[in-house]
Amino acid sequence: MLEVSGITQIFGGVTALDSVSFSISKGDITGVIGPNGAGKTTLFNIITGIYRQSAGTVSLEGHDVTGFPPERLARLAMVRTFQNIELFGGMTVLENVMVGMHTKSSSGLLACALKMPWSISEERRIRDGALKWLEFTGILDLADQAAASLPFGKGRLLEIARALAVEPRIILMDEPAAGLNSQETLGLSHLIKRVRDLGITVVLVEHDMELVMDICDRIIVLNLGTKLCEGTPREIQESPEVIAAYLGDDD
Amino acid sequence: MKRDLLFFIAFSLLVMVAPQLFSGGYLMNVLVFVGINTMLAIALNLLLGYAGQISLGHAGFFGLGAYLSGIMTTTYSFNPWVAMPVAAIVVGCLAGLIGFPILKLKGHYLAMATLGLGIIIYIIFNETVELTGGPSGLSAIPNLKLAGIIFDSDVKNYYLIWGVTLAVMLFSLNLANSRVGRALRAVHDSEVAAQVLGVNARLLKVQIFALSAVISSLAGSLYAHTMTFISPASFGFNFSIELLTMVVIGGLGSIYGSFLGAALLTLLPEFLRGANDYDIIIYGALLMVMVMFMPGGLVRGIPALFRKIVRRKGEGGHA
Repeated sequence: MLEVSGITQIFGGVTALDSVSFSISKGDITGVIGPNGAGKTTLFNIITGIYRQSAGTVSLEGHDVTGFPPERLARLAMVRTFQNIELFGGMTVLENVMVGMHTKSSSGLLACALKMPWSISEERRIRDGALKWLEFTGILDLADQAAASLPFGKGRLLEIARALAVEPRIILMDEPAAGLNSQETLGLSHLIKRVRDLGITVVLVEHDMELVMDICDRIIVLNLGTKLCEGTPREIQESPEVIAAYLGDDD
Repeated sequence: MKRDLLFFIAFSLLVMVAPQLFSGGYLMNVLVFVGINTMLAIALNLLLGYAGQISLGHAGFFGLGAYLSGIMTTTYSFNPWVAMPVAAIVVGCLAGLIGFPILKLKGHYLAMATLGLGIIIYIIFNETVELTGGPSGLSAIPNLKLAGIIFDSDVKNYYLIWGVTLAVMLFSLNLANSRVGRALRAVHDSEVAAQVLGVNARLLKVQIFALSAVISSLAGSLYAHTMTFISPASFGFNFSIELLTMVVIGGLGSIYGSFLGAALLTLLPEFLRGANDYDIIIYGALLMVMVMFMPGGLVRGIPALFRKIVRRKGEGGHA
């Protein structure tokens, strides 16, 4: 599904990522973990086209997508969420999700401004689609609220609903549980599993180990910009290298 | 949706009957300017209020529309109805070409680049004397004619200008509440999130910049054909700032706000004329007070003020 090979990122002489390679299988929930500063978010930013890496390639479903801008990746059905949720604060909850339908609609500037018949019917389709995703994430009752007024936990759900509206085949979530209480985290883990059940491949960067161990099929561990190891949650929990990286090495 | 349409129809009717209420000739002339400035404020608001991209050079596009129309109809004897769309297309293409490199810039840098663009255009109007007449202006620009009517009086011009202004308003309202309008607002709120969802932010910004220039050019052409005389002084840096003030005072991201801002800033100097030399001080002070107490612009500030008054009255009744 997603393959990264030899990803290296150097920021002004500091090597943030050093030749990281892995591949992610279709339909899996994969967790990327590692101590602070391991390069997890940098890796996400490279995969999703926000940063341009110093070296290495990214391929999506067998196609080389190295250096593609995010809007092009969205059209190839890859989408992401952000650690500090990036909502469109000036818009309603429903409108936020309607923006997610952008690649699934095509009316141009003039067709929209002149209210051509096809743009009117498309608008209806966009609205219905967006409502469906609000229902899926359980925030349908908030549809007409201003996105900026949402509590953090609901904002997180909105961001996921908006990403799902793109109808992705792969979704990357950057610390989806950050800032959530235990109740909300539980809801999130159910939601992520339901997303996977739609056939969407999920990759998440996460600090909440309980969540990661609970829902992930595979885990990739990064430390100091390199891949330490990868495996099933069980293998990772028992790996001496991982324990050393997290708890500190006495050597 | 239905309520929005009804509101627009009510607004249009009000615009159409207004000349019956104010029969005075001079005020009609001012109301023609309110129409032109409303178009310009809407054009700038699409860019600034919706897409979040500043321009300090919009008087330049306004001027280009006016001069292209003026030169084509005087020197080259084009029909004004041909000259106007030609001017709009030329200005739109020009804005698109310039927009591609400069819309990469953000914030203050974009402000500087558009400021420079406006100044260059202003200098061209002044210096290409053979084409534009230079500082002394271009005169004898023909009026528009339609089905035997010559638009040469204030009342006729009022209906002409406001007919087009209402069309521009409806066009912009539709755009704002559409797929493209939402994408624009999304780019404004979080460009990176919009891109991740598949919005080509760069292209969209260039498109809206070009559209904004086209509307400004159209307003410029209409200005030239109604005034029949134009000179560079109307298209300088000051006017770009005045347009920006209209948009901000009226309310960013609101089409009706642009009308309110344009109306206030066009009418206010006329009403303050009686205050002799103090007019500019009162004008400035009023703008400061408005920005301080109505940061969301008139379009949000006035309803909020009403609500406050009503609430205070309600509380008084209970006591």
